[in-house]
This record gives sequence, C-alpha cells and structure tokens, in this order.
Amino acid sequence: MGKLKLLQGNEACAEGALYAGCTFFAGYPITPSTEVAEFMARSLPKIGGAFLQMEDEIAAMAAIIGGSLAGAKSLTATSGPGFSLKQENIGFAALTEVPCVVVNVMRGGPSTGVPTGPGQSDIMQCKWGTHGDHPVICLTPAYVQEIFSETVRAFNLAEKYRTPVIIAFDEIVGHMREKIEIPDKGVLPVEDRPKPACKPSEYLPYDDSKGDVPPMANFFEGYRYHVTGLNHGPDGFPVNASPRIHTDELRLMRKVEANRKEIIRYEDYMTDDAEVVVFAYGVSGRSGKTAVEAARADGIKAGLFRPLTIWPFPEEEVASIASRVKGIVVPELSLGQIIFEVDRCAKGRCRVEGIYRVDGDPITPSQILAKIKEVK
Amino acid sequence: MSFDYDQYIRGGKLPHIWCPGCTYGIVFKSLLRAVDSLKIPKDDVALVSGIGCASRLPGYVDFNTLHTTHGRALPFATGLKMARPDKKVMVVSGDGDATAIGGNHFIHACRRNIDITVLVFNNFIYGMTGGQYSPTTPSGHLATTMPYGNIDPSFNIPDLAKGAGASWVGRGTAYHAAALDKLIVEAIQHKGLSVLEIINACPTTHGRRNKFKSPTDMLLWMKDTALPVTAFDKLPPEKTAGKFPTGVLFKREAPEYCETYYGLVERLKSPKEGRA
Repeated sequence: MGKLKLLQGNEACAEGALYAGCTFFAGYPITPSTEVAEFMARSLPKIGGAFLQMEDEIAAMAAIIGGSLAGAKSLTATSGPGFSLKQENIGFAALTEVPCVVVNVMRGGPSTGVPTGPGQSDIMQCKWGTHGDHPVICLTPAYVQEIFSETVRAFNLAEKYRTPVIIAFDEIVGHMREKIEIPDKGVLPVEDRPKPACKPSEYLPYDDSKGDVPPMANFFEGYRYHVTGLNHGPDGFPVNASPRIHTDELRLMRKVEANRKEIIRYEDYMTDDAEVVVFAYGVSGRSGKTAVEAARADGIKAGLFRPLTIWPFPEEEVASIASRVKGIVVPELSLGQIIFEVDRCAKGRCRVEGIYRVDGDPITPSQILAKIKEVK
Repeated sequence: MSFDYDQYIRGGKLPHIWCPGCTYGIVFKSLLRAVDSLKIPKDDVALVSGIGCASRLPGYVDFNTLHTTHGRALPFATGLKMARPDKKVMVVSGDGDATAIGGNHFIHACRRNIDITVLVFNNFIYGMTGGQYSPTTPSGHLATTMPYGNIDPSFNIPDLAKGAGASWVGRGTAYHAAALDKLIVEAIQHKGLSVLEIINACPTTHGRRNKFKSPTDMLLWMKDTALPVTAFDKLPPEKTAGKFPTGVLFKREAPEYCETYYGLVERLKSPKEGRA
C-alpha cells in the first residue's frame, strides 16, 4: 500500500514527476497551471534538484532542454498562451531528440481567453503547434490518480523514445481534488534514456544504424558532441539538401508510429455491444461516463471510449468502433477539433456527432445523454 | 612555439562558413588560446549558441556544443549550468541574437548573475540574413531594412549588461587580438555572469555598404577608435567623441546564482532552517 493523499490534479502531476525521477523544473507563472511550479519549487530544493522560475515561457522551455541534456529528467508546466510561446523550442527538442515533459493545463482561448475556465481547444496545437513535421506524444488524463500515473508514463516515454511528451489536461481536472494513492517506489516502472555503450571516440549521437532511437550521452560525460536544430547527420553536424534529411525525418516519426501499440492507452467502457459510443477525453470523458451509465439505465446500449493517449491518435480502435456502431458522439470543450480525427477514422461507417462548448463550463452528462438518444 | 589549434578543432569541420574578411576567425582563435591557457578539460566545457553567423562557432570546437534557437542560448545555457554547476558553460552570441530577440534572456541572465561567460560578437548588423539593421547598427548607417540610413537608436552592450546586473563587463576588438585573449581569460575566470562585447567586422553586409573600402579598413577603424578604458576615462568628453573604451569596464563581487541555490539545498538538509 502506498501513501494516500488528497491532492488536486496539478499537485498530482508534480508528484508523478518526482516519482519518475524528475530533478529539474523550469517554468513561468500562468493560470491554471501554476500549482505545478509551486509544488516543484517546494520539493526540488529538498532533494537537490534544480528549480528555476525563468523570465518567460520561451526561456523555461529552453532551460528544461538544457537541463535534460545535462542529464536531468526535466519538466515544465504551462497553459494556452504559454504553450503557444513554447512551440519553437518544443520543435527543437523533437528534432534534437532531447527527452522532456511539457504540461499544458488547458484553459479557454484563443488569446488570454478564459484563464480560470477549462478548455480542450489546444488539442490540435499539441500535435501541430510547432512548425515542420515532427513526432508527437500527447497524454490526456481525466482523474487525479490518472494525472499522477500518466505523468510517470510521460517521463518514461520521453526517455525511452528521446522526444518531448505533452500532457494535456483541462483546468477542471487540474484543480479538482481527489483521493489518490502514491505507490511505493518500484511499483510503477521508471525508465531512463538509452545510454551509449561505445567508446566516446566511436560515438555518433544520431546514428540510426542500430535502431530508431539512438543512445543518448549526457553532456559532460566524456562524449563531446554537437547538438543543433539544423537537420543533421549521424555525427550531429548540419547537412543540407541531403537524402539524409528525408530519411532522418521519417525515422523521427517512426519512433512514435512504429510503437503505437505501446504508446496508445485508453479506457474502453462497455463498447463491446454498444450501438452508440461516446469518444471523449479529460473532463468531457468524465461526463461521458456518467452519460453512458444513465443511458444503460434507460436500456440504451451506450459505451465510452476515453483515450489517455490522444497523439498518436488511436486510429485502429476508432475505426473498429465505427464499423460496429450506429454513431459516435464526440463532446469536447472546443468548437470541434478532435471530431475531425474521429471522422477521419470512421470513414463514413457510422454517424459522428459533436457536442461543443466554450463558455467556461463543462459539457454535462445530460447534454451527452440527449445526443446519445438522438443518435441511437 | 606556435599554438596548436588542431587540438580543439573538430576534424573535417573546416572550412568555416564565415565570409572572406570576416573577423570571427580571429576571435575564434583567441577563444581557443584563452581556454587552453586555463587548462580546462574539454569534457568540462559547454559552448552554447543561438542563431546567426557567430552561433555557428560551437560546431567547429571539440567541446560539448549546443546550437539552439534564435536568441535563446542563455536560457539553454542556464539549464545546463543549473543541472551541472560544477562545469564551465559559455555562450557565443551576436548583437541581434543577444540584444534583440534574446534581449529579455540577456538582461535576466545578467540579473541572476549565474556563472556563465557570454561572448557577444558585435558586428553591428544581421549578417547571416544579408545585412538588416540590428540594435547596435550605428545611427545613419545603411542596412537593407534601413535603405535611407538607420534611424533606430542603438544599444551600448556593456552599459546594458552593467545596468541589468552583470558582475563582470568588458569590451575587446578583433583587431586587438592579444588583448582579447586576456579579456576572454578574465571573463571565464570571473565567478558570476560575465559579458564580453567583442567588436567585429562584417565587410560583406555592413562594411561595403557603409564606406569601408575593404575589410582592412574595418580593422583599422577598430584600431583608431578603441581606447583602453584607463586612457578613455582620463580624457575630457570632447576628446572621446566617436571613440569607445576597451578592457575590463566593470566588475563587482556579487553572489553567484548556483552557489546561492545549492547553498539553499544544503541548508534545507538541516530541518529547522531553509529560509534565506
């Protein structure tokens, strides 16, 4: 039995990071994510880790990449406007393959929007926010316990695949308090980046000849090498107009695409015999579950598919559901974003109906129930 | 005995990208001589840069090298230094990189007084993109985005660094290469944030549009315009017009950020303390 605590989602995120071995945090104050920074500011000095409040969001993202290159598992946390500012350096981490975790506690937007209200309208930005093609892993927990465990998983995926991992949850889940159990050390797996076994003189930091994830040497450990945001060869130095650029970008994407089975996680709730399935994540997934239970009580065969991994998108799973149901209901706190992905995978095999809301309140179970009844 | 540069230059990475007449090569060699004189092991040095001509320097040197995004070298370097405060972290930047797009990071790194050596290669222009005016382009100079002469007031980089809290500030030039070696050594040895502005020349995108007939003319301009700060300070203002002081312009003792932070970490180990 681990330790029982009453925590809000943001605090559980920080606890999860510490459990995963995070020793470096850099951030900038922003609602509704600030509690993550505050928790890390209290905790990290006590364990000898580094906490930095930087001068802006861009600097915070840069600092965690620096921290990670020096060997520390690194975290930053932000929300909408800050997430926009971090994008360039998220792309840098993706191309240079520096593990790090970025939390986006989603609020209403665009612009300053509704800082204290929930949103799910950054979900496409999580995938496409930085310029250029790049691999993306994005996790979408909906419960405080899940924020803890998914944060641990985010670090594991970042380290294992050497890529930035985004955790996107909404303001409601971030500020909601629930009882959680923090498991004893060793209960949840904790992974570290693959390290080189070769001699420094033989080290090629981006050598893809032995697999898609090259071993990573930390700075100052004798493997002096070059890291650049320019497209680069196996030795880390810039290449121009070379076939290498194409093959290397394909490799970056393959790190995630070829490992979908491991990366994709979801809650599948009574979809086996369902005629209508609710596809929802985060707080909308919580409402979705209550709606499905109410529908079942009314004799309607409803189910819930709640992705914990939104990127890479659970394409096969959605396609399979679409082939056996009458309709999929997609509630989201946006004016319709993730529904495009659901629709793309359903390929016309069933109805796909959205419920959109951006007034700062969550979508209610009764709203979803009404739509389930309309679709069945 | 001549200095062996090859021990620091990565095999096969030369020739560099800098244009004929560019003075960055002079500074590059000065930096290598300075690091060598301090006998810092190569494994213990990280050289971090942003974007621009100067920012390509780290790629040529056999240290831990990090070529980042435009203007952001300092926060990347801050991350490295905070994670490994026992190592030597240096930043190479340009006038646009450090004081325009990276201006916020520049002043806050100075304020924090973290032990990082910042070398600002000031060539008064955006060279890599072809000659747009920067925050240090002199008044009236021609640039591709100031085709009728620069109307933007310019930054004085040492003044900016001092005002923001840097604890060591200096200025050297590519012309005065021997003096530059000593300045770089002192900047590296200083515990705290040190800013060394290095006056450079970009004949290709700045000089030839601004009445410098050759790269040599630009070096001679440095020779004629730079005055050691000790001499500069003794002259009345009318005699220093158009000149600039070089050498160590400012230094002070101030708490270094990593020492303060990890001092806090130590204090927290005894239960009743903690607050600074």
